[in-house]
Amino acid sequence: MAEIKVNCVNETCPVPLVETRKALRKASPGDIVVVTGTHPTSKKEIPMAVEAMGLEVLSQEEKKGVWTIKIKK
Amino acid sequence: MPEKATLIVHSGDMDKVYSALIIGNGALSMGMEVSMYFTFWGLQRLKKGSLEKGPLSKMNFGGLGKWMIQRKMKKANVASLEKLFQDYLELGGKILACDMTMEIMGVKKEDLRDDWISEYCAVGTYVKEARESNLTLFI
Repeated sequence: MAEIKVNCVNETCPVPLVETRKALRKASPGDIVVVTGTHPTSKKEIPMAVEAMGLEVLSQEEKKGVWTIKIKK
Repeated sequence: MPEKATLIVHSGDMDKVYSALIIGNGALSMGMEVSMYFTFWGLQRLKKGSLEKGPLSKMNFGGLGKWMIQRKMKKANVASLEKLFQDYLELGGKILACDMTMEIMGVKKEDLRDDWISEYCAVGTYVKEARESNLTLFI
């Protein structure tokens, strides 16, 4: 089980969503994809995409405007 | 079967091509299959070296408006059309080119980014795909 990091700090729409999807496509089942970013709407929309694909958000946190979303494939 | 989005890109304006590619990438990112049909002015953007060449749909002012918007986009760190196009292809999005437009506008296959295009087609292919789509747009 690998942990894949995706850094989307300072990226704007649609890059965080697209980079998350790219990472999830490459990941193997069981891998954890960890996305960090600053674009506020993507924080809301990445979990929507994860749910639409039938995957699971493990955790979500935010510190000083930088959010981190952990996704299990 | 995954849900499907089918987009017609009729406009070659820079801002509208942005809309099309952002929606296309968004739909792919949300787990949909996506086909984008390039026709008329949209098809011109598939010519080699033409992707970023479209004017602004409003307030272009001979390119000055476009230049100002592009400066603002750069400041906001908006991805280039080239990057969005590469992402779209990497996520499995399909590009289709209208062959009737090619004929009336004298566009040849070798003028186009043939490596991007998965099919040359006409309206029948679009309707067949659109009728089984959950989302279809004309841009």
